[in-house]
Amino acid sequence: MVQFAQQVVSGLASGSIYAALALAIVIIYRSTGVVNFAQGEMATFTTFIAWTLVDHGVGYWPAFALTLLIAFAGGVALERIVVRPVEGGPVLTIVILTIGLFIMLGGLSNWIWKAEVRSFPPNRPFPTSTWDIGGVAISKQDVGILGVTLGLVLLLYLLFQHTKIGLALRASALNPAASRLVGIRVGWMLALGWGLAAAIGAIAGMFTAAASPPLDPNMMRPVLIYAFAAAVVGGLTSPVGAVLGGLTIGVSLNLIATYDSHLHLDLDRMRLPIALGAILIVLLVRPAGLFGRAAVRRV
Amino acid sequence: MAALLELGGVDANYGQLQVLHGVSLSVGEGEVVAVLGGNGAGKTTTLRAVSGMVSTSGDVRFAGERITRASPERVARLGVAHVPEGRGIFSELSVFENLQLGAYLRRDGFGEDYERVRGYFPWLETRRDQQAGTLSGGEQQMLALARALMAGPRLLLLDEPSLGLAPIVVRGLFEIVVELNEKEGLAVLVVEQNAKLALRSSSRAYVLEVGRVALEGPSAELAENESVRKAYLGY
Amino acid sequence: MSRLAAARVAVTAIALAAATVAVFLAPRWDKVGDIKGAQMGVYFIALLGLNIVTGYTGQISLGHGAFMAVGGYTTAILVADHGVRDLWTIPIAGLVAGIAGFLVGVPALRLSGLYLALVTFGLAVAMPDILSWDKLERVTHGGKEVQLFGKPALTGKGFADVSILGQTVTFTRAVHYLTWAVALVLLVVAWLLLRGPPGRAFRAVRDSEVAATSSGVNIAAYKTFAFAISAAYAGIAGSLLVIAVAFADPQAFPAKLSLTLLVGVVVAGLGSLWGVLAGAAFIEFLPDAAVHVSKAQGVPDTVYGAALILIVLVLPTGVAGGLRRALTPLTTRLYTRS
Repeated sequence: MVQFAQQVVSGLASGSIYAALALAIVIIYRSTGVVNFAQGEMATFTTFIAWTLVDHGVGYWPAFALTLLIAFAGGVALERIVVRPVEGGPVLTIVILTIGLFIMLGGLSNWIWKAEVRSFPPNRPFPTSTWDIGGVAISKQDVGILGVTLGLVLLLYLLFQHTKIGLALRASALNPAASRLVGIRVGWMLALGWGLAAAIGAIAGMFTAAASPPLDPNMMRPVLIYAFAAAVVGGLTSPVGAVLGGLTIGVSLNLIATYDSHLHLDLDRMRLPIALGAILIVLLVRPAGLFGRAAVRRV
Repeated sequence: MAALLELGGVDANYGQLQVLHGVSLSVGEGEVVAVLGGNGAGKTTTLRAVSGMVSTSGDVRFAGERITRASPERVARLGVAHVPEGRGIFSELSVFENLQLGAYLRRDGFGEDYERVRGYFPWLETRRDQQAGTLSGGEQQMLALARALMAGPRLLLLDEPSLGLAPIVVRGLFEIVVELNEKEGLAVLVVEQNAKLALRSSSRAYVLEVGRVALEGPSAELAENESVRKAYLGY
Repeated sequence: MSRLAAARVAVTAIALAAATVAVFLAPRWDKVGDIKGAQMGVYFIALLGLNIVTGYTGQISLGHGAFMAVGGYTTAILVADHGVRDLWTIPIAGLVAGIAGFLVGVPALRLSGLYLALVTFGLAVAMPDILSWDKLERVTHGGKEVQLFGKPALTGKGFADVSILGQTVTFTRAVHYLTWAVALVLLVVAWLLLRGPPGRAFRAVRDSEVAATSSGVNIAAYKTFAFAISAAYAGIAGSLLVIAVAFADPQAFPAKLSLTLLVGVVVAGLGSLWGVLAGAAFIEFLPDAAVHVSKAQGVPDTVYGAALILIVLVLPTGVAGGLRRALTPLTTRLYTRS
């Protein structure tokens, strides 16, 4: 029972990271209709930038904040320069483009920072000590990560549903032509979407580095798959779905691995294939996911 | 009376295909002008040329300012509201959100705009949370019109408002347009296949054929014109 | 000439020059060169297959490395554990991979472009883990290396000289010839296939499913067929790869392999057969060329990624398309009377 609770809590924490990256993916998908395969590598790259800042004497939290700004600017720049020329084109073209970004950023991270062992200072962003609640050791870091992610979701919800610019973002994604006629600068809305997503991805990257040190150029690769699974399970157009999906996947993977001892299927190392299975099943059975919208149109 | 909208020798093309050839027309302040013609005559393209949605050359001026290759966003900012073919509403958003978007460019006074629009379309309030895509065709057209009005425009571009709608609904729509023009001095450029209704609701009209202006003049005169009657009015 | 057109010509010229330099500069016809040449042949075959399913039929596959793994492991296990002569395992590997491709192709029918990309991407990333799974030990050695070197079923046991048509050549040279011989045969098969009704059907599916259906094309059949045959090609490629390096392990078929194949097919030009040669040369020899820029890890990937992005933006039809465009004015002038 104690183990169950601990696995759930740590599953929620790792699930929060998947949820954060899934949020970034959903934002870009909702605003541009594009699945950004490079989301993970963008996160890695910006996390390395954060590390470099800290290494040069900048405090952790200022570096964190600065990294978010840099990530935002980078996302906006990427959209305007690299993605804009092919927006609205065939799906294959855009997929190839983001795969190209995936490969290039991965290569750049390796090239610039090489494969040395690096970590952030200890107890950053959150203390790694634990609380003892009824015999269950709950890590403060896990709680912190979960809390920040939930706060992020709330902020985004408020942004999208209750602000003018959030409405404009949604409108640009749904009907760019009509949005233009209403006066919305659709191009910049799309760039804004990418910037937001890049910043959120940076948060996911920072948390990944904290949760599983050391910093490694490949660290976000599995996270990307789990994030895809989260986004797909939750519904590619639903931020809430992405978060719930992420948490579910984080907890499920932990529990499956733990209780595998009864099944003897050696599932601990099969997390990625399991996530892949989840993606496949959802896409075949219910492509809109749990919360995604299957568009209702009156003919 | 200075012309609010002026087109002088406008050509427009979709890629290699040239659709408009030297079209010249004008809409004065507070005027309702109709553009008639058969399918493929270039009526919709004319509106698109004003809104910057199609590749254009020539002279397009709004309130004296040249807008020939301006982006749709910029044209909207100048006070032109375009209700496109197929209505251009946001089907997945609610009625209220559609109206909010209509007012996107307005700094303040949303409440006043909303009251005004509700005056013309009272049912909007009761359906404000309904998903726009689930409205009937006629309701969607009215929502599109309401959305355009929320921007407080000086010129309204209406593209084939009668398309796919029952005659009684269309009549109601045109009554509202005429009322808007009379009460608020809103200038309207309406493109229509339903020539009878368009001529009755406008003061001047142009007839387009194969991308060129074939006829122009006061609507009353055109309604009596023999070739217009034969081609577009059916008698 | 517009700037875009000039950029296109420039990129095509550079790509071709790079490919030519790479092909003639890198392999020095020693054992290493033989293997590199063989690997280029392996890529060539895999790219032919990928081009059929993605270039011609328009179904995105980001997971073709997985089919290479299926073929490669088929050969590895048959040769190492069951003593089957390596040459005979090549068609078997193709068949097994082809069946795997069919099994993927069926659910793929229900997945639109983006979703298919997601699923195949997941397949590519998850494949090494699947190969390492203990429960599949009998088929994969559970992640431990499958060693072919020294096995009697491997031609020349991997180190002895081989005699072909009376001539004695080193094992590596023999592998090189074998790979390109198979590649040539498969190229002809692909060419015949794409020239005939299947090719037209594939293109119809890619360009407009609605139009294809109303012309009587059985979309489902052709889509799964495309998957199956492209997987078979990849399987054969994987098989030849395993023979060439004489071992197999999960790290030989990482996610990166599938993505590298995508780079190759895009550089070649989707829907072009002979551009595939340039594509194969590009992905095989780029790492060698990149070493001259910097010995740092990550340089080849940076160039691959940049190449992909550049091509999408500047030269969407790849090297082949670029050449066609660059040469068209010339051929038009030659064959038309002004």
